[in-house]
This record gives sequence, C-alpha cells and structure tokens, in this order.
Amino acid sequence: MSEPLLATRALTKRFGGLTANSAVSLDLRKGQVHALLGPNGAGKSTLINLLSGDLPVSSGRILYRDRDITRLGPHQRSRLGIGRSYQKTNIFGPFTAYENCRLAAQSRQPRPWRIFSDAQAVPAVRRAAEAALEAAGLAAVADQPAASLSHGAQRQLEIAMVLATAPEVLLLDEPLAGMGADEAHRMVELLQKLGPDHAMLLVEHDMDAVFAVADVITVMVNGQVLESGPPAQIRASPAVRQAYLGDDDGPPGAEGGAAARPAGSGGRSA
Amino acid sequence: MNRKRLTLALSLLLLAAVPLAGSAYYTELVTKVMILAIFAMSLDLLVGYTGLVSLGHAASYGIGAYTLALAAPRYDPASLWVTLAEAVLAAGLASLAVGFFVVRVKGVYFLMVTLAFAQMFHFLFHDTDLGRGSDGISISFRPDASVRGFTPFDLGNSVHAYYFVLVVLLLTYAFLRLLLRSPLGHALRGIKSNEHRMQSLGFPVLRYKLASFTIAGALGGLAGYLSAAQFGFVNPELFGWHQSGNVLLMLILGGLGSLTGGVAGAFVFVAMQELFQALTIHWQLPFGLAIILLVVFLPGGLASLPARLRPPRPEGPFHV
Ligand SMILES: Nc1ncnc2c1ncn2[C@@H]1O[C@H](COP(=O)(O)OP(=O)(O)O)[C@@H](O)[C@H]1O
Ligand SMILES: [Mg+2]
Repeated sequence: MSEPLLATRALTKRFGGLTANSAVSLDLRKGQVHALLGPNGAGKSTLINLLSGDLPVSSGRILYRDRDITRLGPHQRSRLGIGRSYQKTNIFGPFTAYENCRLAAQSRQPRPWRIFSDAQAVPAVRRAAEAALEAAGLAAVADQPAASLSHGAQRQLEIAMVLATAPEVLLLDEPLAGMGADEAHRMVELLQKLGPDHAMLLVEHDMDAVFAVADVITVMVNGQVLESGPPAQIRASPAVRQAYLGDDDGPPGAEGGAAARPAGSGGRSA
Repeated sequence: MNRKRLTLALSLLLLAAVPLAGSAYYTELVTKVMILAIFAMSLDLLVGYTGLVSLGHAASYGIGAYTLALAAPRYDPASLWVTLAEAVLAAGLASLAVGFFVVRVKGVYFLMVTLAFAQMFHFLFHDTDLGRGSDGISISFRPDASVRGFTPFDLGNSVHAYYFVLVVLLLTYAFLRLLLRSPLGHALRGIKSNEHRMQSLGFPVLRYKLASFTIAGALGGLAGYLSAAQFGFVNPELFGWHQSGNVLLMLILGGLGSLTGGVAGAFVFVAMQELFQALTIHWQLPFGLAIILLVVFLPGGLASLPARLRPPRPEGPFHV
C-alpha cells in the first residue's frame, strides 16, 4: 500500500468542555477515497477544519508526507496541496462563477506581485478556471454572479473552486448536500474520476454515493473513531449499525440512500 | 460603458479649463480639491477595494507633508522631485511599519487601532521637538522643479501648480486602475468579499492587506506632500482624526470602490463647505445636515447616480 499523503496522530479538539475530536488517527493515501461517516455533531467538520488549519488543534499531530504541519496556517496548507470545500457554501457572492474559479487558480500563480500585469490575461490561470467550471458542470453559468446561482449550482461552485487550485489532497465536507438529483449524480461521477490521482476525505450523508466511491470508510461517533475499514467490513459491522443507525434496520446502504441516512441528518439539507 | 467614458472625458476637459477662467481663488481652491481627491482615492484602495476601514489615514497625509517641511533647507528651495520621492517613501515605510500591526485585527478593532496610531503620530509632532510643536513649520520656499538647470514649471505660479496637481491626479488614477487590474487588485477585492475563503484558497491574506495598507499610505503621503507644497505650511492638525474622518466622508459621499467616486466626493465636500461658509457663520450645521441627507438618500454615493438615473436593467454579470 502507498505511503499516506496526509495522516493524523491522536488528533484531539476541545471546545471548552466539549471534546469534538478525541484521539483521531487516520491515513489518507493517494488513489484512495476515504469516506467519513457519522451522525450530525460527530465531529466530521471539526476534523476537516483541523486538517485544513481553519481551527487550531488541542493536541495531537498532523503529518503531510511525513512532515509535521500541525502549526501551519490554512493558506500554507493550501499551498502544499491540501484543498478543502465547506459544508456551508463559502464563495465570493458578487463575483461571477468564472471569477470565483479564476481567483482560486490565481492562488497558484508563481509571481503574484507584478502589479502592472493583467490578471485576466494569464493563460494557465484561465485554463485552470475553465477546466474546473467544466468539470463541476458550471460552464453554462460561468458569467453569472455567484450569488445569483441556484443553491445546487453554488454547491457545485464550492467544489469547482477547490479543483481550480489543483490540490493533491481533497477534503470535501458534504459535497452533495443541497444538490438536485442530476447535479448529485454528476458530482458522484466527478468524485469517481478524481479518486485515482487524489487523496480524498469525503464527508457525506448520501449512502449510495459513499458506497459508490469509497475505498475506505471511517465511522465517527461523539468525536471518536468507532470503526475504520473497507466498505464491506463497515456494512457488516454490528457496532456501526448499533451506534450509527441507533437501531437494527439493516446495514447502511443496503436499501438505498434514503432509508440508510442517519436519523436527524436532515437528508441533503446543507 | 460609453456614457461613462464620455462623462470622464467631459469632466477632464472641465478640470483642464478651470485656470482659463482667470480667477486665482478658484484655481487654488480646485487645486486643493484635487489634492483631497488624490487623498480620497488612496483611501479607496484600502476601504473600497480591500474592505479595511481606516480612521487613521491622515497619518500618511501628515507624514508626507512633514517630510517636505523637515527636508527643505531653510534658505533655499528644496528639489521637488527629491522631496516628493522622500515623502512617498517615508509615508510608505511608516504605513508598512504600522500596517505590520494593524492588519492583524479586524472590523471595529481595525478602526480603533488605526485611529490610535494616527493619534500617536499627532502626539509625536505636537508634543516633541521633532515637528517643532503645535505651531507647525512654515516652508519658506516652494519646491523647485528644476532638473539640471532646466525648470519645466514653477510651483509658485498657481496655474503651473494647478496643472502639476492635475497631472499627479491623473497619474494616481492610472496607477490605481492598473493595480486593480492586476492579480494583486483582484486578490484585494477577493479579501474584501470573503477573507476566510481567500485564506483557504492559499492566499497569504495578511501580506496582501499589508501591501494594500502600504500603497494606500504612500499615496496618502503624496497627497500630504502636495498640500504642504501648496500651502507652504504644516502643523500637527494634519494628523488629526477629523482629517481622517473628512476623507472617509468624501469617499462615502462619492461612493466606495470606484476611484472616481472619491474624486467626486472631494468636490462635493469642498463645494458644500464653501457654499455654507458663504451663507452663515454657523455653516457646520447645514453642512452636517446636507451630508446626512446625501448619505441617507444616496447610499451608494455619487458614483451610483448614473445607474439610478438610467431606467432599471436586469443585473448584468459582475466583471472585475
Ligand atoms: N467552533 C465551534 N465552537 C464550539 N463548538 C463547536 C464548534 N464547531 C463545532 N462545535 C461542536 O463540536 C461538535 C462537532 O461538530 P461538527 O464537527 O460540526 O460535527 P459534524 O460535522 O460531524 O456534524 C458539535 O457538538 C458542535 O456543536
Ligand atoms: Mg458537518
């Protein structure tokens, strides 16, 4: 098996008295889609925030290619190749969808301080932005202000912006939440396409999607890793069924997305 | 945007024609307004494009002005080009140093620390020997524009001074337009719109804010220098908070984030001041009322007027 690209060691995050992540250790490898499951409040978004540097850790370590990056800021981690999307859409509302992605791609430009060059005239940035829009299915609305896009399209833009930065590691926080069926279908295909040459951490409540793309699944409950392993193992695990579903309706994913969604997850709402 | 171009061209012609009217008073008044317009545009980079609302922008103005006063020899004119460069550099470096601290705080805290830094400069020039105290410094000679014996113009001549300031205004505008077109300019707009996401996309946001703060400060110093050169006098009030407040008001009156809005705001601000001063000694009352009315009934500033006067159109894409 390949070396992990991004790894956590006993990662812990406390908010006052609440322990949102408790000694979480996991490995993300290139070519592997690692799905993270768990009921609302389990600490999934917190883990992504720790990995991206949006939140400081309480204790534990984060390693990127064996380098300790626990204290690096979010922009430094992004530059290393760790890209993330947000559960709650986090875009540039007044700018066009294209400019949202162009700006994201611009962050990879080697010489950002040439103040007399034209930002719109850099071919590599243009291409990266257009490719990201195309991949996310937004080519047709590229010139519309992001704030005027439909909720589903804004969710697609959320992902397109991450792709425009060409990251190696993708941390995706509920990418399908809020998408319509067609959009979600397209996104699952995109995730499948991205799988082979990225290391992906995928937080998602849509069980059909998870079982369609995941190579490894980790289940979190109350900030702790309950179980981690290949999809078949998770599907068969009595502990997961017990703790995660809170009943014995059957294995997650066995009867399609809707039935297997965790109680109180609110389905696809963002 | 043909109509916009036309408006700009007409305004420029009008500006260029002011000295032809032959009134020394109005020539000097409009010179003063153009200096304030440069000052307002420099603040627009910070407030209108980066989203950093500073209440201490007068610090750069004061430093630019004092650089001329302190660098000028007592019995000779100073070189315009040398002292101008020194003023821009001094204001830029001071802003870089102050910016190092202030870009770390946000919102109302940014407002407060920029104000506090400006008050510190006020104190420094008011209460220490550095700026020769509250009386200020007279500059006996206007800066000399000669280069190797050739004198292209004479700042002692108010018409020459007028056109010099007009050219500096246009150059400042062109410089800022280029800057805003560049990757840096786009990144600054991104920071104003969503700083958090910029960070997460890999932009070193603090460094960009510091760049904006430094450039705005250097241009503010340019305006302060011109003012000292025009009036031949500096005093610590140049650093005062009302000076910072006034330029912010001009910007708000004219419209944030459009450059030309700051210019229009400077004109309207001074025009109203002149008008009410001519009408009554209690001019600050109607002046304040007029400002309140303008802000309430024209929230986007004068720059939003053309769009308001035109019939409403469906919102077009936002091109930056
Ligand atoms: N910034 C924060 N401050 C305080 N508590 C937080 C914060 N972020 C998350 N939490 C709490 O941590 C727990 C885990 O939240 P989260 O990571 O968002 O869960 P999930 O993404 O799995 O639904 C929740 O109880 C939540 O209320
Ligand atoms: Mg979450």
